[in-house]
Amino acid sequence: MKLVTAIIKPFKLDDVRDALSEVGVQGVTVTEVKGFGRQKGHTELYRGAEYVVDFLPKVKIDVAVDDSLVDRVIEAITGAARTDKIGDGKIFVFDLEQVIRIRTGETGKDAL
Amino acid sequence: MQRIPTKLFAGLAALGLGLLPALVVGQDAAAEPQLDSGDTAWMLVSVVLVLFMTIPGLSLFYAGMVRAKNVLSVMMQCFAIASLMSVLWALYGYSLAFSTSGMQEGVTNFFSFYGTLEKAFLRGLTVDSLQGTIPESVFMTFQMTFAIITPALIVGAFAERIKFSAMLLFMALWFTIVYTAMTHMVWSGPGGFFWDMGVLDFAGGTVVHINAGIAGLIAALVIGPRKGYPRTPMPPNNLAYTMAGAAILWVGWFGFNAGSAVAANGSAGMAMAVTQIATAAAALGWMFSEWISHGKPSVLGIASGAVAGLVAVTPAAGFVGPMGALLLGVIAGIGCFFASTRVKRALGYDDSLDVFGVHAVGGIIGAILTGLFATTMDGLKPELATGAQLWIQTKGVLITIVFVGIASYVLLKLVDVIVGLRVSEEQETEGLDLASHDERAYNL
Repeated sequence: MKLVTAIIKPFKLDDVRDALSEVGVQGVTVTEVKGFGRQKGHTELYRGAEYVVDFLPKVKIDVAVDDSLVDRVIEAITGAARTDKIGDGKIFVFDLEQVIRIRTGETGKDAL
Repeated sequence: MQRIPTKLFAGLAALGLGLLPALVVGQDAAAEPQLDSGDTAWMLVSVVLVLFMTIPGLSLFYAGMVRAKNVLSVMMQCFAIASLMSVLWALYGYSLAFSTSGMQEGVTNFFSFYGTLEKAFLRGLTVDSLQGTIPESVFMTFQMTFAIITPALIVGAFAERIKFSAMLLFMALWFTIVYTAMTHMVWSGPGGFFWDMGVLDFAGGTVVHINAGIAGLIAALVIGPRKGYPRTPMPPNNLAYTMAGAAILWVGWFGFNAGSAVAANGSAGMAMAVTQIATAAAALGWMFSEWISHGKPSVLGIASGAVAGLVAVTPAAGFVGPMGALLLGVIAGIGCFFASTRVKRALGYDDSLDVFGVHAVGGIIGAILTGLFATTMDGLKPELATGAQLWIQTKGVLITIVFVGIASYVLLKLVDVIVGLRVSEEQETEGLDLASHDERAYNL
């Protein structure tokens, strides 16, 4: 099992969610996050006082999937979140040791 | 002014229409000041509108611009000032400002600057007492709302670092020494210092805006910049509040300007029209200035521009015509934009919410240009000489700046000695909401 964590542009969330549903993903966790990478921040101006905002808002998606699904999940996210402009985000893939469904106590693949 | 046609008619009736003795008697009685229900109704509404400017208008306007940890503190300051000034106005403020005993037209004496205490505790104010054609109670309350908003405007200059007790003490002293004097000099009638000079100030360019703006600048200088200013970012916490506050100010200002006619007449109508025109022009003036210089039009910009226009047309309403107001608005919008952005940055003082940049600069532009646009274009005072009036207006502005500047400085120093003006650095970092009031605005 793998945990796929993707940082994407916020406005691409709906597209990514639809793409993930299409490949059979049953659930995701979404977090609003801030950070910086190669994309520059922006400036804000209030009555002549200019502030550089380094940390940009992004959306983090966590998906736990079976090994067989990993490649298609990565494809789905990449396809849906790409704008070909700087700041499209990154995907991280981790090994996932164990999954437990709290309600039933099921573990492993059954709990996904 | 609105009594003159009635008097004229009464005179004509007395001279020529002897056939109708009953009517003649009726009209003669009307020559005495008499309650006019139309005027009274409008002034009752104006009182409500002007109070609405401070709470919640100005409170919201300011609360949106400070950081989240100081939202309650500025709202609290505005609310407390509204309460304190109402009480002081009733106790002695109205008397110091509007008692006319000892005043003599053309004579400059002590009573040209301050009234006596003959109306202290509102002595003599009854259900039947009149001021012109409206109950004196309505006039007194109308003026009370001006005495509320003027000190409340100063709050923006020392926001986010003033000690609450120091703020209350300073406001009480400043109201007593400075505000009542300015009101008396301009509006108490013949014998008042500015009145006799011929300074035109319809609704409070000198009394309210230059007055509060200069006091604000001096306060910002005496108390010093906020910790971290100007390097630490201090972005506004919620410009939606600010926009709502500016909109409430805009609407409430019709009570301020059109209400200053103290009648429901043509003067009030024209004051209302020019107020709308100048405000709209100034909002666009600031918005386009920012759009050109920065590349984008901003919410804070257009809201600030509207307030700058309202300020600038305050002394001019009732004297300038619509096209004069339009030009005045454009000039105020652009002028206050430069004062609040470029000039403030260049000079380095920390007038947190631009009380000087908007109210003093807008007030000065308005007060001086009143002399120009009231006497030329479609102005309502074409009989006055433009050059002479411009000089009279300028003198009025200069005297206000010097008097208010010195008096405010002395009072601030006095308060600093008695209770200390500033909260500690630790409290400032924590935020005034918690440090001064043990509350926070957002428990999310």
